[in-house]
Amino acid sequence: MTTTVEDQPEPKAGSHPSGDDRFGLVDKALKRTRYEQHALIEVLHVAQDVFGYLDADILMYVARALRLPPSKVYGVATFYSLFTFEAPGDHSCMVCTGTACFVKGADDVVRDIATEFDVPEGGTSSDGRLSLTTARCIGSCGLAPMVLLDDEVLGKLGSEEIRQRIRDLLATEEEVA
Amino acid sequence: MAAIIDLHEVAERELEARTRYPWRVKACASTACQSAGADAVVRSIEATVAAEHLELDVQVVPTGCMGLCSRGPLVRVLQRDVDTETMYADLTPEVGEQIVTSHIKAKKPIDTHVIDEKMPFFAGQEKVVLANGGVIDPNRIEGYVAHGGYLALQKALTSMRPEEVLDEVVASGIRGRGGAGYPTGSKWSLLAGAPGDVKYVVANGDEGDPGAYMDRTIMEDDPHRLLEGLALAAYATGATGAYIYVRAEYPRAIQRLDRAIRVARRSRLLGRRILDTDFDLNIELRIGAGAFVCGEETALISSIEGKRGQPNLRPPYPTEAGLWGQPTMVQNVETLANISSIINRGGEWFSSIGTPKSTGTKVFALAGDLTNTGLIEVPMGTTLRHIVEVMGGGVPDGHEFKAAQTGGPSGGCIPASHLDTPVDYESLRRLGSIMGSGGLVVMDDRTSMPELARYFMEFSMDESCGKCAPCRTGTVQLHGLLDRIATGTGSEGDVRELEHLCQVVRDTSLCGLGQAAPNPILSTLHFFRDEYTDAVSGKEPADA
Repeated sequence: MTTTVEDQPEPKAGSHPSGDDRFGLVDKALKRTRYEQHALIEVLHVAQDVFGYLDADILMYVARALRLPPSKVYGVATFYSLFTFEAPGDHSCMVCTGTACFVKGADDVVRDIATEFDVPEGGTSSDGRLSLTTARCIGSCGLAPMVLLDDEVLGKLGSEEIRQRIRDLLATEEEVA
Repeated sequence: MAAIIDLHEVAERELEARTRYPWRVKACASTACQSAGADAVVRSIEATVAAEHLELDVQVVPTGCMGLCSRGPLVRVLQRDVDTETMYADLTPEVGEQIVTSHIKAKKPIDTHVIDEKMPFFAGQEKVVLANGGVIDPNRIEGYVAHGGYLALQKALTSMRPEEVLDEVVASGIRGRGGAGYPTGSKWSLLAGAPGDVKYVVANGDEGDPGAYMDRTIMEDDPHRLLEGLALAAYATGATGAYIYVRAEYPRAIQRLDRAIRVARRSRLLGRRILDTDFDLNIELRIGAGAFVCGEETALISSIEGKRGQPNLRPPYPTEAGLWGQPTMVQNVETLANISSIINRGGEWFSSIGTPKSTGTKVFALAGDLTNTGLIEVPMGTTLRHIVEVMGGGVPDGHEFKAAQTGGPSGGCIPASHLDTPVDYESLRRLGSIMGSGGLVVMDDRTSMPELARYFMEFSMDESCGKCAPCRTGTVQLHGLLDRIATGTGSEGDVRELEHLCQVVRDTSLCGLGQAAPNPILSTLHFFRDEYTDAVSGKEPADA
């Protein structure tokens, strides 16, 4: 006998076969939104908050819970740029590339960081230490060019100064390790 | 059921509470000041107040944006008995300490950090939407009520019929603040006249233009103003449900709106039987996930429905068939934030501000190569020159003004020769730009126009949703051409091709994103053509 998506019982809290508790938090979000299909984006936000990224297993779990075709969930998740499908690096560096920051040289900052730390824009360095992303204006235009290094705001700094802060950050970790 | 809020009593109590402290320190806690270190300054002030045992004399209040973001962190010190107000800029924790020990204790203001609130940056403003910015604590409904909050809703629900509310909005002449400038009253009339028992109003808080943060500031600093505007819109149009769509990049706006909605429900300002009338309304928050195109109304509606945020062909317009097929009106946050003032003071009052065809005020986010950057609210019709040279303090470091960019990736550049243009919908459109949502970025003589155009095209290319071919492939081709030109490998044929392709993309794209994407190219080609021709002069076409 074949089972279809519709035949599946509604998942109970912590019902993921892996026993991973974190799915319980996703279940909570599903319940809060009464398993409504239009709450898909909200549930994906929660899942990404919990896991840090969305892999195929998580997307499939959400698809079953909401009784949506996996293709549809995948289609929605990949449409929006804030959803990510790979584990992020240990540290994150986000460069604002809004218009004010562009005028103040944000492009150079991105290029210099990418070159020096061998990390592709929108990706993670091969050693998994640093992720580099860009944002379309965080609205702190008075601080242009603006960089968010983990949770620290670096404003009005030049490319070299910014890279020195990244070097310092990565170096302190190495000492601890 | 919760008790109905007594607006007058809450306001009186709140105003009375303020007089208990001889000194009040208002600290800007908006995103720009926070990223400049406002938290440390506030902690330092609070610690010094405690160390000096002044807790009963000094109240420290977090407020929303004070506007002059380039000089943050900002703080205002108010002395009750002499009714004076001193504004401090460029604060550090050390100066924060001195505010307590020197200004408050020894009555000696720290002159090096005091800024004159009569300076042109502030004096040229007329605050309607941002009236509470830097004044109230965004997390407390009492602050909003003390400044006349929810009186417009009370007035409308208890003494006006929905048609009368709508008439005031029509009379005000207000037009959509999101970009295109569609008359708000007409849109409301369309929704009010649409058949059906289920209708929605949606606040568009998907502010995506880089360099623009007016709507974020409204949502973060004065969330109840948006809720009141949305409730009035629902009442006037007969809407039965309301949504606020906020981009996920604005976590603080989301958190404050969420809180404001819950508080408003508890106070019977939302929910069932609002203010004990027959009017019911719930407002739900919906969070985006990083897609610029969702600022387009049909894409936004798809996103609320949990789908890919792709636009749909209009007609049917959302006011005929929108959210879940029901008549729906999507309104920009700043537009809605004007409504309570229109109802309180009348449409006629509103239409007396600004120009005959562009009434009211407009909030701009001033950024780029300017001495003073931040948020300003000016009457429509103020000239660009006044904004840039007087309020913005001109271009610093001895450089020359080159262009002002309005409307973000959908707008254009205005050169020095047109600085005397008044800021209104028609004048900006005549120059090939648009009002947009209110980003205004100034560039000095070091900015290359082909590079700027390439920057915006890269944005549009990334953000194109991929549904229609002219935008999906056209933006990529335009970007390629601009890249060649900007890097000096282009030919004269590339410039001709660029111009031609701009027209194709503009005329054939499905939604506003694609139709407006060529604007930055067309306007810079128009005003700075020599920069394009210089970049390709003498070069033979690569494939000739």
